[in-house]
Amino acid sequence: MDFKLTDEQQMLTDTLQRYLQNEYSLTKRNEAAHHSDGFDEKHWATFAELGLIGVFFKEEDGGFAGTGFDVSCVFETLGHALVVEPLADCTLIPGQVLAAVGATDRLEEIIAGTLRLAVAFDEYNTRYDRSQCATTALQTADGWVLNGTKAMVKFANQSDALIVSARTGERPDQMSLFLVPCDVGGLSQTCYSLFDGGQAADIRLSDVTLPRDALIGERHGGADLIGIATGWGILAVCAEALGIMETIKNVTLEYLRTRKQFGTEIGRFQALQHRMAQMLLEIEQARSAVINAAAAMEASGIERDRMLSAAKYSIGRIGTLVAEEAIQMHGGIGMTWEYDIGHFAKRLSMIDHEMGDTDYHLSKFIELAAE
Amino acid sequence: MDMTFSPKEEEFRSEVRRFFQESLPKAYANKIANGLDLEKAELQDWHAILNKRGWLAYDWPKEFGGPGWGPMEIHIFNEELALAEAPRVLAFNFKMLAPVLMKFGTKKQCDHWLPRMLDGTDWWCQGYSEPGAGSDLASLRTTAVRDGDHYVVNGQKTWTTLGQHANMIFCLVRTSKEGKPQSGISFLLIDMASPGVELRPIRTIDGGYEINEIFLTNVKVPVGNLVGEENKGWTYAKYLLTHERTGIALVGDSIRKFDRLRALFAQEKASMDTQERVLLSARIARVEIDLNNMNTTNLRVLASVADGGAPDAESSMLKILGSEIHQELDSLILRTMGRRAHAYLREDFSSMGASQPASVYFNNRKLSIFGGSNEIQKNIISKMILGL
Repeated sequence: MDFKLTDEQQMLTDTLQRYLQNEYSLTKRNEAAHHSDGFDEKHWATFAELGLIGVFFKEEDGGFAGTGFDVSCVFETLGHALVVEPLADCTLIPGQVLAAVGATDRLEEIIAGTLRLAVAFDEYNTRYDRSQCATTALQTADGWVLNGTKAMVKFANQSDALIVSARTGERPDQMSLFLVPCDVGGLSQTCYSLFDGGQAADIRLSDVTLPRDALIGERHGGADLIGIATGWGILAVCAEALGIMETIKNVTLEYLRTRKQFGTEIGRFQALQHRMAQMLLEIEQARSAVINAAAAMEASGIERDRMLSAAKYSIGRIGTLVAEEAIQMHGGIGMTWEYDIGHFAKRLSMIDHEMGDTDYHLSKFIELAAE
Repeated sequence: MDMTFSPKEEEFRSEVRRFFQESLPKAYANKIANGLDLEKAELQDWHAILNKRGWLAYDWPKEFGGPGWGPMEIHIFNEELALAEAPRVLAFNFKMLAPVLMKFGTKKQCDHWLPRMLDGTDWWCQGYSEPGAGSDLASLRTTAVRDGDHYVVNGQKTWTTLGQHANMIFCLVRTSKEGKPQSGISFLLIDMASPGVELRPIRTIDGGYEINEIFLTNVKVPVGNLVGEENKGWTYAKYLLTHERTGIALVGDSIRKFDRLRALFAQEKASMDTQERVLLSARIARVEIDLNNMNTTNLRVLASVADGGAPDAESSMLKILGSEIHQELDSLILRTMGRRAHAYLREDFSSMGASQPASVYFNNRKLSIFGGSNEIQKNIISKMILGL
């Protein structure tokens, strides 16, 4: 039993933390995040240079780490500084798909930071369930024809290509994954900003023709690949949320220590002390949930998915509490764009709307136990 | 990061498990499983069985007659003890007074009192709370006045758990009214057979009898029974409470209780309509996740203690989490029992499911009150961790 980071993990997070402290101001982050690009290419290049992306993948796939704890310690550190560059959306998640099918050439480009892929797994009619979809892929003599609409594809417009899930069989869960270039004929994007910064797009596919080798992995093999990649994505956003919560905790604590009302620091009032103490112990529980999930990445299917659902549920519940409590304890200033806390709270709240919310994962946790 | 127990720890776990399988009398395990109390003679018998194996004072260092285990071994033993539904050892002896004597008592006091805990000579109880000093423990008013080679003690103690079985009581008494209330308190060991000690039972809401009030009228206590220095008792009391709280994450007990809840739910769910089943299973899943998380939180604290950290205020966190999760489990067992929870059964009706869930539920409301209420724990967290 050992809860310390390895020397390599410690060194990497120290380096990353130093960079973020010196170079990553919240003001500049917000300018980039709410601009039409949605992030800053300069930071992107540095993250790739630091070797961050390689940390997400195992050696045999061209990376140099790749355990659950490697991923979680990086994303927790990114969360501390509210990093908006899409490392989970455009490298970790699509990269795990590529790793699972042994597409190491493309993965190499992802690790180098020269290729960005966006994942188009969601549709509006299936809510958070990525194991089925209505978009279809018909096999032709020369390849495939795709039709349908994919929802909320994060950073699609900032990516080189998309990984799209589409039905290849009779049953809704008979899905396959396809690599779709963003400039292919018949593909149109409706781009929009995200509430917490960054960009996304709805993707319309009208008779999009693709060559045979656009298929990623096996025919009908899409659901399993999505399961693996989404699992990594869940771990990443849970760890990111933990980092965000730590920052919110520190900022709120500092505020309680310095803000004066009724002639004294408001942190002297028991009503606020007890809420802060509750926030602290809930964040410790959230940290344990992330540790459990990171450890379970090595486990087999159901055990892994169950721990991931437990973590995503915990993060959703505790994240909402932390966001709401922090704003409440700050009072009016917490409501302003100018003050830091709100931007962290918004991201925390929106994480609950990615890859399954609190209720979705609680019910999944129950279903998986019944199996 | 490594979330696994070492092969050595796993081997240790098997050894402990085998011991409980072979040595724990079934009758005692049944009582614990059904939320019933052991008779005094039964617990003494269980103490003797553990003592024979050298595991009665299982968290004591070797020099005082314990096995000298580290935090992880103690945790594994605690967990296996709970999973086997074995009775817990008398905390007042082994987890509360003993650590105080080891840290603050004289060698003579240790040599005298510790062996008597092991061989069953002494059954200790705790004289902390008073009618006017609950959460505000430092306001206690029981006085001890030095008179030659004795103290003369006057006052009243309350909430004395299992005082009816005890022959000795460790008390916080006021030896000075100077300065802050905390600075005039001393830690005194009192023989319950002394003239002037009177014990009256207090019946609890579950109908049970485990707590008492104790009246002390001109009780003579030899000065040799003072632990540490006069007026320094508050430090020792706090030290004791920190020890008391580390066990109170109740991880093993809660895991065992959760298993029982799951079995009960499986048995009852056919009689529920769909929405009722969904609502209840959501509550059960929530507590399972909270419990999983707490198990890891507890292990993290243990690992940091094993590395030389001190559990101080972290034990306050574990106390709050542990008590709330355990109480939620009791509440869910009660809920799952449905109509049958209404019956007031004072014996073993385990064939009907969990017996007397209402008694257990009400009895365990104490978990968030004793050892410093959860509100007091939050005060401690605010002060010690948050620095507010």
